[in-house]
Amino acid sequence: MTAAADTMIVTPQDAQKYEEKEFGFWLYLMSDAIIFACLFATYLVMVGNAAGGPTGKELFSLERAAAETALLLFSSTTFGVAAVALSQGDRSKVLLWLAITFALGAGFIFLEFGEFAGMIAEGAGPDRSGFLSAFFTLVGTHGLHVSVGLLWILVMIGQVLFKGLTAPVASRVMRLGLFWHFLDIIWVVIFSVVYLPGLL
Amino acid sequence: MDAISGIPVERTLKPYLIGIVLALILTAIPFGIVAFGAMERQTALIVIAVFAVIQILVHLHFFLHIDFRSTPRENLIALAFACVLIFIMVGGSLWIMFDLYHRMMV
Amino acid sequence: MDFFGRLTIDSLPFYSAIAASGAGVTVLGALSVAGVITYFGAWRLVLFDWVSSIDHKKIGIMYVMVALVMLMRGFIDAAMMRSQQAIAYNNEGYLPPDHFDQIFSSHGTIMIFFMAMPFLSGLINLIMPQQIGSRDVAFPFMNSISLWLTTAGAGLVLISLVIGKFSTAGWTGYPPYSGSQFTPGVGVDYWLWAVLISGIGSTMSGINFLVTIVKCRAPGMTMFRLPLFTWTVFVTSILMIFAFPALTVACGALMLDRTLGFHFFTNEAGGNMMNYINLFWLWGHPEVYILILPAFGVFSEVVAVFSQKRLFGYISLVLATMAIGILSFTVWLHHFFTMGSSARVNSFFGTMTTIIAVPTGVKVFDWLLTMYRGRIIFKPPMLYTLGFLVTFVIGGLSGVLLALPPIDYLMHNTTFLIAHFHNMIIPGVLFGYLAGYMFWFPKAFGFKLNEWWGAASFWCWIIGFYLAFMPLYVLGLLGMPRRMEHYEIAAWQPHLIVAAIGAFIIFLGIVCLGVQLVVSIRDRNQALDLTGDPWNGRSLEWATSSPAAPYNFAVVPQVQSIDAWWDMKARGVAYQRPAEYEDIAIPKNTFIGAVIGGAGFVFGFAMVWYIWWLAILSLAVIFVAIVIRASDDDTDYVMPASEVKKIEDARFAQLAKAPKNEMADDPGFAGEPMPEPST
Repeated sequence: MTAAADTMIVTPQDAQKYEEKEFGFWLYLMSDAIIFACLFATYLVMVGNAAGGPTGKELFSLERAAAETALLLFSSTTFGVAAVALSQGDRSKVLLWLAITFALGAGFIFLEFGEFAGMIAEGAGPDRSGFLSAFFTLVGTHGLHVSVGLLWILVMIGQVLFKGLTAPVASRVMRLGLFWHFLDIIWVVIFSVVYLPGLL
Repeated sequence: MDAISGIPVERTLKPYLIGIVLALILTAIPFGIVAFGAMERQTALIVIAVFAVIQILVHLHFFLHIDFRSTPRENLIALAFACVLIFIMVGGSLWIMFDLYHRMMV
Repeated sequence: MDFFGRLTIDSLPFYSAIAASGAGVTVLGALSVAGVITYFGAWRLVLFDWVSSIDHKKIGIMYVMVALVMLMRGFIDAAMMRSQQAIAYNNEGYLPPDHFDQIFSSHGTIMIFFMAMPFLSGLINLIMPQQIGSRDVAFPFMNSISLWLTTAGAGLVLISLVIGKFSTAGWTGYPPYSGSQFTPGVGVDYWLWAVLISGIGSTMSGINFLVTIVKCRAPGMTMFRLPLFTWTVFVTSILMIFAFPALTVACGALMLDRTLGFHFFTNEAGGNMMNYINLFWLWGHPEVYILILPAFGVFSEVVAVFSQKRLFGYISLVLATMAIGILSFTVWLHHFFTMGSSARVNSFFGTMTTIIAVPTGVKVFDWLLTMYRGRIIFKPPMLYTLGFLVTFVIGGLSGVLLALPPIDYLMHNTTFLIAHFHNMIIPGVLFGYLAGYMFWFPKAFGFKLNEWWGAASFWCWIIGFYLAFMPLYVLGLLGMPRRMEHYEIAAWQPHLIVAAIGAFIIFLGIVCLGVQLVVSIRDRNQALDLTGDPWNGRSLEWATSSPAAPYNFAVVPQVQSIDAWWDMKARGVAYQRPAEYEDIAIPKNTFIGAVIGGAGFVFGFAMVWYIWWLAILSLAVIFVAIVIRASDDDTDYVMPASEVKKIEDARFAQLAKAPKNEMADDPGFAGEPMPEPST
């Protein structure tokens, strides 16, 4: 244990408080899972409703989906490295690996933004057909969550910089980790339900 | 203090490294099937689905550190309940909507 | 770029006298509230003691205030509909169709989202933490966000009377009618944003209540020693967390269709409007159980206390509640049997719907058996409970009828359906929350409500209910559809006139509630609750003072049994004075929750009127507010033990002056809690 870890010593009442926050956040993730489940169900109902317009086969790119998957998957791992650094009380390592996670996540958003912009430019935007509305909303909602996660990473980088690795900061980083890993799980379902079947 | 209580415990990189290796394999194979058109569509879909489920379990265990020992019971129950509800809501919706489709659109 | 989006001077309601008077009443109401506060010099009190409070008891009271205000607004809608339909045989009546459509849409929206939901959230907030021996909910700050987001939604519905119009698509907003092709304009958008914004608040409340019950119980308060009200809150919270996401998706998708031209539910380009109905009712059915379960919880508490007897069948009540909870996710198609599913699908959901009636039946028997051989005290909460037991069963029976698809094909969207669900909601939900309001009022404010006016309100409500809704069953069987602005069948009119009379008597019931409140405040010093236990209660909320101290319990109680407070009284350990007190951490007040709610209101308004810069600005305010709060590690203040002692000493001084048992003078009093005889 390094000296910095001393700031993370918690009283039993505070430990109880952090347990409550973690459980509450877990419940929020479960409600989010239901939102995505409903979006997936809607997508499956509407995947055939291309209304004579472009289908997934014509629009999706296996290479880009693979790149997005790799970025997100590695970002989950780099967040894990940051979590290990947090448990060791290593402040600069936490900052470094949060920043790397941010970069990978930003890369994901950059690719996805390019994908959406390209589709819209060629007339395959969400207002073209029911299929595309469902696609943009499902994948876009995930992208929106990732974007919020990126903002949250920035806020946590700020808190680690200005407050150090205190117990409340650590607790927030761990909840961010739950959020980030959860989003990677949703992405696994997205490529398994949207991109891969669409390209078969 | 346990691994998921929001308070950091001494952790190692091991689960994350195992996790990413498994996840990469479980991702590469379905992508490969699509890239090389190696199977019939029906079979491919089943393989993709199975690998997705396994990869979700990999993420849950190696990244989220969920197991039957250290994860608080209420978290596991909430997860199980969410899975049951997702099955009912998605399964029920698909049953209803495809039944309607067959009655009206075909 | 339009600075005001699509908002113009024509959005003001000067195109019709009725719209202008509705707007006038709303504006007048808001000004009167501000005027009264100014008259009493109470702005500091209102802002610094209430708006910025994150104490669950105060939040609970504010929720109930929202509910009661919106009850009046929603009732005015009902009165207008009843009077219109009573006269509109072969003539246009006084409400043009567009107006009538807005009224039935706002009536349902208000009653479900902005009367019933806040009412139950308020009672739960006030009482549940005290029932489990906790000092607050798990997330007091998020509690405040929930309150102010709900209020923001209510605000959007209210302001639609003044600027713009409300939706004409019903409280359910079915596309394609509610899509932009058939109903352009702001009405449906007001509805969507009110529902979406308050829905976020409800989801947060579900999470808050569930974590509180799971993690914040006093030592010895195991799950199977929880009072029944808390058990129903537990299951209700699960429903809130898992059902509201479906509403978010349904309404979110409709919003995308309307605002950005998506094709989820449009007629063309691959839309599937049946999916909206599927998603909406995936939420909608659990929602009605969200509404009713806490009311069942209230009835469980009231029936035991006012039969002066332990609640019968605790385990069966708990299991029935859990069964209702899980089954509520398996019946949703019964809201659209007639949409065209095959017999296999319809009969599955019809069967599940019939099954879900069973656990409620178990509860009714448990309540009846609690009363059996009890010594009943007919105070207003008990009157409402008795009225519920008789009347709700009728509604349940009509529900079992409707559960059969072939019968539903005849009855769907007739007034038979209207009668059925009002027969569940009024005697079930509303009577339950009115009973809870009268039962727990002393706990909130320290004095009891006037009982004569309470009984009068009950009799007006129940007689008014039967007169207003039984004719609707008959009308449905005669073939009258719902939501009719005028009609040409003479045979319908007498029933509608009776129904209008019933609505008038309900109006008298609401007047009685108002008079009850005024009279009770005037006479409060004659009806003080000095012990904190005015009804010789059984559960822990009666152990605190009335009103409870900010920290609820100076010393966290040690629970040893079901009916924890009754048990403590019986063992002689109630009102024990501790040797010393400890410092207690209490959450500090903060305006950030109200700021987020206010910004939520502005965001909804901006999205309705396409004022994009304002929408982005309000989202930014919300984001900054959250980051500020999330960076604040010093959110509690510590009340020193000396101050706790002062508060507690004052309480014990008051106890010394109080009768030992506030029910002892009641003619029906059955006796003090005695220790269980050793067997």
